Amino acid sequence: MATQTLPERRSVSATIPSAVDVRLLGVRKTYGDVVAVDRVDLEVEAGEFFTLLGPSGSGKTTTLRLIAGFERPDEGRVELSGVDVTSRAPYERDVNTVFQDYALFPHMTVADNVAYGLRVKNVPRAERRQRVHEILRVIRLPDVGDRKPIQLSGGQRQRIALARALVNAPKVLLLDEPLGALDLKLRQEMQTELKRIQREVSEVGITFVYVTHDQEEALTMSDRLAVFNEGRIEQIGTPADVYEHPATEFVAGFVGVSNVLERDGRRFTVRPEKIQMHLDGTGAGEPGRIRDVVYVGMFTRYVVELDSGGELTVVKQNLETSSTDALESRGRPVRLEWRPEHTFDMERPGGQA
Amino acid sequence: METTATRISLRIWTLLVVLFLWIPLVLICVYAFNSSNIQSWPIAGFSTKWFDTAWHNQDARSALVLSLKAAGFATSIALLLGTAAATAVSRFRFFGRDTITFLLVLPIALPGVVTGIALNSFFSNNPIHHITPSLRTIVIGHATFCIVIVYNNVVARLRRTQTSLTEASMDLGADGWQTFRFVTLPVVSTALVAGALLAFALSLDEVIVTTFTAGAQTTLPIWILGNLRLGQQLPQVNVVVFFVIVMTVIPVAIAARLTRDTGILRRR
Repeated sequence: MATQTLPERRSVSATIPSAVDVRLLGVRKTYGDVVAVDRVDLEVEAGEFFTLLGPSGSGKTTTLRLIAGFERPDEGRVELSGVDVTSRAPYERDVNTVFQDYALFPHMTVADNVAYGLRVKNVPRAERRQRVHEILRVIRLPDVGDRKPIQLSGGQRQRIALARALVNAPKVLLLDEPLGALDLKLRQEMQTELKRIQREVSEVGITFVYVTHDQEEALTMSDRLAVFNEGRIEQIGTPADVYEHPATEFVAGFVGVSNVLERDGRRFTVRPEKIQMHLDGTGAGEPGRIRDVVYVGMFTRYVVELDSGGELTVVKQNLETSSTDALESRGRPVRLEWRPEHTFDMERPGGQA
Repeated sequence: METTATRISLRIWTLLVVLFLWIPLVLICVYAFNSSNIQSWPIAGFSTKWFDTAWHNQDARSALVLSLKAAGFATSIALLLGTAAATAVSRFRFFGRDTITFLLVLPIALPGVVTGIALNSFFSNNPIHHITPSLRTIVIGHATFCIVIVYNNVVARLRRTQTSLTEASMDLGADGWQTFRFVTLPVVSTALVAGALLAFALSLDEVIVTTFTAGAQTTLPIWILGNLRLGQQLPQVNVVVFFVIVMTVIPVAIAARLTRDTGILRRR
């Protein structure tokens, strides 16, 4: 049915070997009256680290589950490597998932957990053992094979969940907030680790589709990312793209700090680190007054109320300023200056999506 | 804030309740070893001779065999249907799900008399086929409450199990049957054993439903009741009751152990 309405797409993907691993076409999913995913189009290229970023309830996890096959879309279709898999069961798709709660089988040893995918596909025992051994080495937990999942720490379980998916060498690896349950330090370690693992297994070319609500995580890890809001994609681009050229006000606010001003009928945003703040309150730039100061150690965040309306957040590195200097500047008149090329026009909210 | 006085009186009260529940049971077990055939306290002397007599009592034996058969079959049916129902109810959302849950659990709340009369009338008066009382009718009667026991145990276990486990299994390439065989079944296995033991124990000493469905057949509890009513072979009855107590307490204790924590899922 879907192929009839899109004949040209089909012939293209049938003749040219596609470099696109995951393609969503007009995918829509509703639960009763709630629209979880609203006509999403998405293309993830082979070997890419692609992130679905958005607040909770924005449809990013549902999108991931549609790719995995746990959910069927009401409309639209899902393609993997150019093949329509919309109506295929999860076990008929060449994707594997790392679950948020890890979903390790509690009654099996770590080695049996990791070998599970190979076992149900009738891979011979010797090869199974070899590949499990190999992947446990890649995730740097070579000696835990005989333990039960319950005997591992959170970080270790996370790695085993990763190994259990990777051992099958899927075309696409789906990761559903895999670091969400870890503490900050471990999370940062695992971010670097995930990138290393993707590089290490990249000869087989595994595409990572990663779900997170953490914008910093999305910016540091992704090759490209899609920003979700209320079931729709607001913007797709590289981290630098999305951060420096946010397409909508929502993206500007969700990825980084929302610094939106309206001047002469023009709505635009400036990133806080691109703004110069003159503390003497004279000279060029817009006049304003420091309303709030947050000392963050490496830098200080100032919230400045502008005389001509609106407020901007400014970030300054603490090169010479001490925390007392910074905190004493509250209430002082300042001037803010930024280069026109560092401002980006916003669509009006709700105007068009 | 409880005072020492309330704490002590609570303990005494608890003790009294436990004694109230257990003294009759202990008493009958003691009587089973009574050397005299007249029940009086204290017992005349210690003897195991009634065990020998009871063992060679043909009526008691055939009653025991019938009871074990009925309990065995009823438990098997309950395992099959109870597990299937529990899996369906907890894994899928479908029309009438709540109604089915209610209908499944209802038989255990219904008085045995109601179940008994309903079944009896159905067996003898249904328009399709008249069913004469047999092992089959006893098994059907017992299965009505055994299914609930297994169902409840399995549903509770599945509720404590991450739903993502079956998704993970499917995601790793296992189809529905493999997922059930390798993941669902092992995860619920201790709940199954516990449910089966409880169901077996319940079936073994069931009287009311059995009375309405057994016809002229005699299960062990019915044999006991019959003898008690006629005041016959009382020393042997004590021995058989002792045996039934043991046969019931052991499986129930094991079942309680298996479900005390989450079984295989328990923390170290």
